[in-house]
Amino acid sequence: MTGVRFLPAGDKALLVEFGETIERALSERVLRLAERIKELRLNGVIETLPTFRSLLVRYDPLQTSGATLENEISAHLEDAGSAHDEVRLWHIPACYDRRCAPDLDEVAERTGLTSDEVVVRHSGTRFLVYVVGFAAGYPYMGDLPSELVLPRRADPRVRVPAGSIAMATTLTGIYPLESPGGWHLIGAAPIRLFDPNWERPALLRPGDFAKFEPVDFAEYERIRAAVERNDYDVPFTMVAA
Amino acid sequence: MIPILRVKSPGLHTTVQDLGRDGFADVGVPPSGAVDAVALRLANALVGNAPNAAALEILVSGPALEAIAESVHVAFVGGTAGVSVQDAHQRSVAPGRSVHLKQGDVLKAGMIAGSSCGYIAVAGGLSVPRLLGSASTYTRGTLGGFEGRPLRAGDILYGEVGDSAQGELELAAPLDSEFDAPIRVVLGPQEDHFTAAAIEAFLAATYTVSAQADRMGFRLEGPVLAHTRGYNIVSDGIVSGSIQVPGSGQPIVLMRDYQTIGGYPKIATVISPDISRLGRRSPGAKVHFVRVSRDEAEAIYRDEEAAIAARIADLREPRERASINLDALYDENLIGGIINARE
Repeated sequence: MTGVRFLPAGDKALLVEFGETIERALSERVLRLAERIKELRLNGVIETLPTFRSLLVRYDPLQTSGATLENEISAHLEDAGSAHDEVRLWHIPACYDRRCAPDLDEVAERTGLTSDEVVVRHSGTRFLVYVVGFAAGYPYMGDLPSELVLPRRADPRVRVPAGSIAMATTLTGIYPLESPGGWHLIGAAPIRLFDPNWERPALLRPGDFAKFEPVDFAEYERIRAAVERNDYDVPFTMVAA
Repeated sequence: MIPILRVKSPGLHTTVQDLGRDGFADVGVPPSGAVDAVALRLANALVGNAPNAAALEILVSGPALEAIAESVHVAFVGGTAGVSVQDAHQRSVAPGRSVHLKQGDVLKAGMIAGSSCGYIAVAGGLSVPRLLGSASTYTRGTLGGFEGRPLRAGDILYGEVGDSAQGELELAAPLDSEFDAPIRVVLGPQEDHFTAAAIEAFLAATYTVSAQADRMGFRLEGPVLAHTRGYNIVSDGIVSGSIQVPGSGQPIVLMRDYQTIGGYPKIATVISPDISRLGRRSPGAKVHFVRVSRDEAEAIYRDEEAAIAARIADLREPRERASINLDALYDENLIGGIINARE
């Protein structure tokens, strides 16, 4: 297949690079290969890490070699995905109330939209989870409607509250834990994104879809209390991949 | 599961680590695990454990631990300074050997010398909840190990078992920190984002470990490396040993608690056996990178695994008592019954 490059990442990993940009088509190939490698149970593969445009494959050199794996993987670059014809579409409660959205007005001003228009566009988009990283469970989702695309904040915050819904460049995300962050905060989701005690520790996984469903502040508080009591599951539906 | 050790003082940054967790990079969880995986494995072997048993990692200065079980078999590996056992004799215990503690004895690991990290293993392994398949502490994510954090005074450590009947052991040859050894790298995955001169400078230079060196990564100081196409790439996957070069042109070697994806070009990757070698170096230490091919790197890894297995097969009964103190040796003869109570 044209454009695919195998790049070494030391003695225990290699990258399969499909391109250098953030594009759905590249991501689909990355995710399909990740699934395929899982199905094939290639000898010596420890794990794979799909990112926007490449797949990191970690392996054990006592069981295989980078050269062997490249040969094996090359034979499957064109395989159609079979395991996941359907994926989860998460319906994430999102509170765009100003108490949860310190940057909403600024985003509106800089995009030339009203804050309601920002919310309508953000909540009206079905996002793909491209990558989970930065922090455990942090979903990098895209793509934002072009009117909402802004560079990162000039001054990153030292503390972004857990649950903050953020956006920058073509992407949106949700902070699983309080952490530093440079994205614009336009809302908050009262949900838990990561729990190491779950069998599937991250709620959102690469290849999932997500849609933000606006809730008012009272509903946000109600759901947050239910989450605290372990009495709330984020709804999802199965949709075509 | 029984209480075995009480933390009297925690040391600078003492965490529970094993060989790390695999399989969760795709949800943003790095492997964590021992910075010096060789020292951890040897410490575990000295007390009869499997290589992956949970042990304590000590950075720079170590804890004081009081034995609260009847008897606890422990070993320390890392650097050239040993630990002391505060009992009737104030015994000194050389690095690379195990010792049985009696209830009330205090194992004290002071400043580590000749390495920046050391490991205290206990027979049977420390008992902590295994999160995502590992006992390792990932402090940035408050995950794993002892409540996801470094030890504090007053913490009680549990063991899987009480003491083992196994006798004390020592390494046949000390573990050398190899401060002068070159750190071997495989170029890539993004060496094509650097000028030929930058790659040449990277391999010719002597870098210095900066003060910003921790479990997440080691920032190095040396020649500035020029990028060809800017210093931003669309973020992709990181591994232990990835050498990122941000806009400053100063390389950062990612260690164990790294962010799983990164948006700076990676000029090269430190081969896995040499991550332990680099991890032993403190701020101010020198680093010289040498290029090897991927095939060579894999062969080195296999050879080094065989060498570690050989070291473990060569463990022997200690040639000396757990003391370098003649008075203590003399005392031991007079009240040998107490010493021998461990048996």
